[in-house]
Amino acid sequence: MRTFLIRRLLQTVPLLLGISALTFLLLRLAPGDFLATMAENPQISAATLDAMRHRFGLDQPWWVQYGLYLRNLFLRLDFGESFSRHQPVFTVLRQGMLNTLLLTGAAAIVTWGLAIPLGVWAAVRQHRATDRLLSLFAFVGLSVPEVLSGLLLLLMAARTGWFPVGGMRSLDWEELDAAHRVVDVLRHLVLPALVVGLIPLAGRMRQMRSSVLDVLRLDYVTTARAKGLDERTVVFKHAARNALNPLITLFGYTLGSLLSGSFVAEVIFSWPGLGRITVEAIQTQDQYLVMGSVLMASAMLILGNLVADVLLAAADPRIAHA
Amino acid sequence: MREPPQAPGRVVWRQLRRNPLAVAGGGMLVAFYALALLAPFIAPYAEDEVDRERFYHPPQRLHLLDASGRFTGLHVRATRLVDASAFRYVETPAPVPVRWFVHGSRYRLLGVFPADRHLFGVDPPQRIYLLGADPLGRDMLSRVLYGARISLTVGLVGIAISFALGLCLGGVSGYFGGWVDAAIMRLTELLLTVPAFYLIIALRAVFPADLPSGQVYLAIVAILALIGWAGLARVIRGMVLSIRRSEFVLAAEALGMSRARVIARHVLPNTVSFVIVAATIAVPGYILGEVFLSFLGVGVQEPSASWGNMLNQARGYRALSSFPWLLFVPGTAIFLTVMAFNFLGDGLRDALDPRRVQGGRIA
Repeated sequence: MRTFLIRRLLQTVPLLLGISALTFLLLRLAPGDFLATMAENPQISAATLDAMRHRFGLDQPWWVQYGLYLRNLFLRLDFGESFSRHQPVFTVLRQGMLNTLLLTGAAAIVTWGLAIPLGVWAAVRQHRATDRLLSLFAFVGLSVPEVLSGLLLLLMAARTGWFPVGGMRSLDWEELDAAHRVVDVLRHLVLPALVVGLIPLAGRMRQMRSSVLDVLRLDYVTTARAKGLDERTVVFKHAARNALNPLITLFGYTLGSLLSGSFVAEVIFSWPGLGRITVEAIQTQDQYLVMGSVLMASAMLILGNLVADVLLAAADPRIAHA
Repeated sequence: MREPPQAPGRVVWRQLRRNPLAVAGGGMLVAFYALALLAPFIAPYAEDEVDRERFYHPPQRLHLLDASGRFTGLHVRATRLVDASAFRYVETPAPVPVRWFVHGSRYRLLGVFPADRHLFGVDPPQRIYLLGADPLGRDMLSRVLYGARISLTVGLVGIAISFALGLCLGGVSGYFGGWVDAAIMRLTELLLTVPAFYLIIALRAVFPADLPSGQVYLAIVAILALIGWAGLARVIRGMVLSIRRSEFVLAAEALGMSRARVIARHVLPNTVSFVIVAATIAVPGYILGEVFLSFLGVGVQEPSASWGNMLNQARGYRALSSFPWLLFVPGTAIFLTVMAFNFLGDGLRDALDPRRVQGGRIA
């Protein structure tokens, strides 16, 4: 297990280096001398610009710049300065990441909380109306992009007033006590979490269905039925639990996308996460913030896959020795 | 008695025709692309024909009978603005007959033939808004048709480029192996490690923010193609790895065929069925990529119409609740297109290849 862990950790190093090279390249390719543009902006002091120029060696040849970029990145977690927000990029990203995790975590609960029972239900009713209906729903659901489902839910919220139409907090959030603050954030969380959670729902539901169907064919299920257990016990205690096994593997691999999969929903619902920050950054041409968030999102994806692999190896020793 | 062997193309065609969903999807796509091609003729107005008297005009119903119940032929009813701040309109009893093949704005049919006839329209100064008007009083039907020209072709052009890249690089990688293979594969890993939307945004930052329309289109295609090839190249590489060890390839090499010819004539043709299916399934990803960029306001710019920048107009929550057609018109177009591609792709997969197709999909 230890060698597996070390090997797996070492594999992420070239990937992180590669991605930092990519973002550096994109920063250099970006049009115009943006420091010159910044210099014309009265809100940015000459001192800030000089500090930036020195920190990233912007008056030096490119290999010195890349060296400085890497050193700042990995040794000091210094992603540069966000010009539009007058804050270090890392400070901006940290808060965004926490908000994104809150959203995608809630979305994962939506996905799995619905996919498992619906999948079992469809399997038990195989080839009956319920099953057909759920299949149809899954097939149509695959064709509704997040942009549309998000805007539809937003329309619903605007019409009914049941849910807030975006953001993460109400205007009077500062005056609320702790309990009401939690409720307030949860109310804001419902719709974006639904949008993000519904995307993988169809696929997971179909997988759970086929997994349950596989298990229902096994001998011990027949035995359980022959013993005279009622069908509910057979399905929920004997079949469904074992049918979950292949999905646990799948759950591990969704960890990676968990950290980066809420981009569109964040934009539509003004959820102050990593995705929304990125979009605002590109609209204000805040280059360091754009590249910082790309780096951060990729790093989180790599980290997520790493965690998933380690969890899987812990669950199945064969993987660690392969 | 044995049936005579059939050409593979015919077998696939027969299989495909048995699948009603695939036929429906294919038919819808043919219709959509035809509509996009003929957009300037079918659309009653040009995409940028503003009407300052009719901002946010609601969709109009077609009538055959006039207000008193007498048959008057196909017509819409004239409307009157009753609340200029909320853009509320009421229908008046005055019929506005729909005319066929009317003269209107000038355009070039299929980009070549100058013309000014439109399939239908009404006599000015009245206007016909079957799907409503946008915040500038432009006809939503016309804009969704014009927008289809951009949104539907982005998918095809993007796919063509990224699949050409993916086939070449994947083929080379699998056939030659060694350091070429290692280099190409590390590059694909890198591209696949960055979450798609973040990569799209980062690449968009490389282009100036205020590109003219035509160049934005090229930039979008380039961005999407650059992202899309990686997954495909990996799958192609795997297929090539197994094909190059097969006997017919060894035979071709033994007969002295050049490597380039072996790849082009023997190896790549064996990946065709996979590529067709993967391409069909991948197109919606490209279409949604354009929609996404334009929705954010960094894609196709006004006054050109695309489904993405039409959706952008539906973003404000007031616009959304008071003028829902701003969402439903482009939304339905996107939904139907994506669904049609999914239906067709699923049918093609069943008809062409019993194995499941993976990869070659973005976003």
